[in-house]
Amino acid sequence: MSSRPHKMPIWRRFVMFWVHNLQQAVGSLGELSRAPWASLMTIAVLGLSLTLPSTLYVVVKNSQAATMGLNDAAEISLFLHKDLQRAEVETFAKRVELRNDVEKVEIIFRDAGLRDFRATSGFGSALDYLERNPLPDVLVVTPLAEHKSADRARALLAQLQQEREVSSASLDVQWLERLQALVRLVEDVLGALAVLLCAAVVLIVGNTIRLMILNRRDEIVIMKLVGATDGYIQRPFLYTGFWYGFIGGVVAWIATALLVFWIGRAVSGVTELYDSSFRLLGLNFNELMVLWLIAIILGLSGSYIAVRRHVAAIEP
Amino acid sequence: MIHFEQVSKNYPGGFTALKNVSFRLERGEMAFLTGHSGAGKSTLLRLISLMERATVGRVAINGHDLRKVGRKQVPYLRRDIGIIFQDHRLLLEKTIFDNVALPLYIEGYTQGEARKRVQAALDKVGLAGKERHFPMMLSGGEQQRVGIARAIVNKPPLLLADEPTGNLDPKLSMEIMRLFESFNDVGVSVLIATHDLGLIARMRYRTLSLKEGEMISDGLAHQGEAHHE
Repeated sequence: MSSRPHKMPIWRRFVMFWVHNLQQAVGSLGELSRAPWASLMTIAVLGLSLTLPSTLYVVVKNSQAATMGLNDAAEISLFLHKDLQRAEVETFAKRVELRNDVEKVEIIFRDAGLRDFRATSGFGSALDYLERNPLPDVLVVTPLAEHKSADRARALLAQLQQEREVSSASLDVQWLERLQALVRLVEDVLGALAVLLCAAVVLIVGNTIRLMILNRRDEIVIMKLVGATDGYIQRPFLYTGFWYGFIGGVVAWIATALLVFWIGRAVSGVTELYDSSFRLLGLNFNELMVLWLIAIILGLSGSYIAVRRHVAAIEP
Repeated sequence: MIHFEQVSKNYPGGFTALKNVSFRLERGEMAFLTGHSGAGKSTLLRLISLMERATVGRVAINGHDLRKVGRKQVPYLRRDIGIIFQDHRLLLEKTIFDNVALPLYIEGYTQGEARKRVQAALDKVGLAGKERHFPMMLSGGEQQRVGIARAIVNKPPLLLADEPTGNLDPKLSMEIMRLFESFNDVGVSVLIATHDLGLIARMRYRTLSLKEGEMISDGLAHQGEAHHE
């Protein structure tokens, strides 16, 4: 638009654009120290708001890891009719084993079952009073890996239950399903909470930046009068938002690490009682980077919303 | 340089600040704009510097029809206009150097390139050596000269001054006017809004007079016309 020829070649302008960006980035970091309290508060809000979801995330991640092994334990127990002959049981076991969703079948004949029960239950002598062996023959069916999920195993169970030889069947996944449902619930709550907190962070950062813009109204008017573009005026505020996110992310790291350490001590107190060596895993490097990135994005978007609305609105 | 063609400006509420104003300021010309407060001087300057848009008529600056200048292009057009305000409009927490260098930073000059130009501009207004001072450490006249240095530092082809001598005594006012004359000598178009009729009379430049939004005279101000106002 300028009628005068540009005084600088394009490449020079390009280089200067970045040099100025760097200057403004450093400059806005200096701005933060000019109003340290307001900045600290906003950074703390940003960091601590992210701490809650990230800590919950750690908890969910660990509970998923803990239940992962249990998931594979799905086994179907088929209790057969008591009037079956040994040969019939073996034939049926063969038939089940030939199914394409079954990995292996183990037969526990009623006598063997009673022996085991006598040996392990502690009811040994009491069992002698029984006239007959009350136990049925049992087939322990292990589904193929891809049929081990609760749904698939349940479908398999339903099919096996239809068999003539089967009196009843059980799949001990109910508690597992409940646990998984609980984990899913926590995940959903975590998601909703994270979205709400992120929205709050954006609004808080936006409001802080808005106040900064209004405080510097006169300066902005003067800059506009001497030909500053909106972009030029906006940049320091955007960098301020960036620094909020940058520092707030580090605050979130530290706070999350402290919380995880705190919870971890409680957890290991519990697991030691169960002779388990379960240890709470904190955030790994990638997760830390993602957390940092989210913090920076939130800071930037908060300031972006503020500058979009307010820098353009200030006119000489 | 400035071309007004039957320009009117109405404000919401029905107040008419300018009525059918036409004039032309040529490249390299210097002129005064005068009239009582409320006569429309400020509105006229605001139209030139794109702080306001004309309701009716055409304003052209430096060959650009302002009706065709979009919001995004306004900053680039303003870089061609050096504006001097009665209240200086300096950034109080920045040094004199940074105040004067502001237009250069905005245009993307380096510190080094800016330094030379700022130095030259401050020399020109007689404030060499005050770079590190803050505006509050300077007198009113000196602050005004900082404002002038900022307006000329990127060598715009047009200078606008809104009551530049409003708060200054006659001697300082004359110095400021001589300064404007020296810019005009090197080809800069200058338009100065003032109600200091004595000053206008002594300077003997073309004078545009506004009264209640209308251009009532355009020509050399004579001693006699001062009474007429």
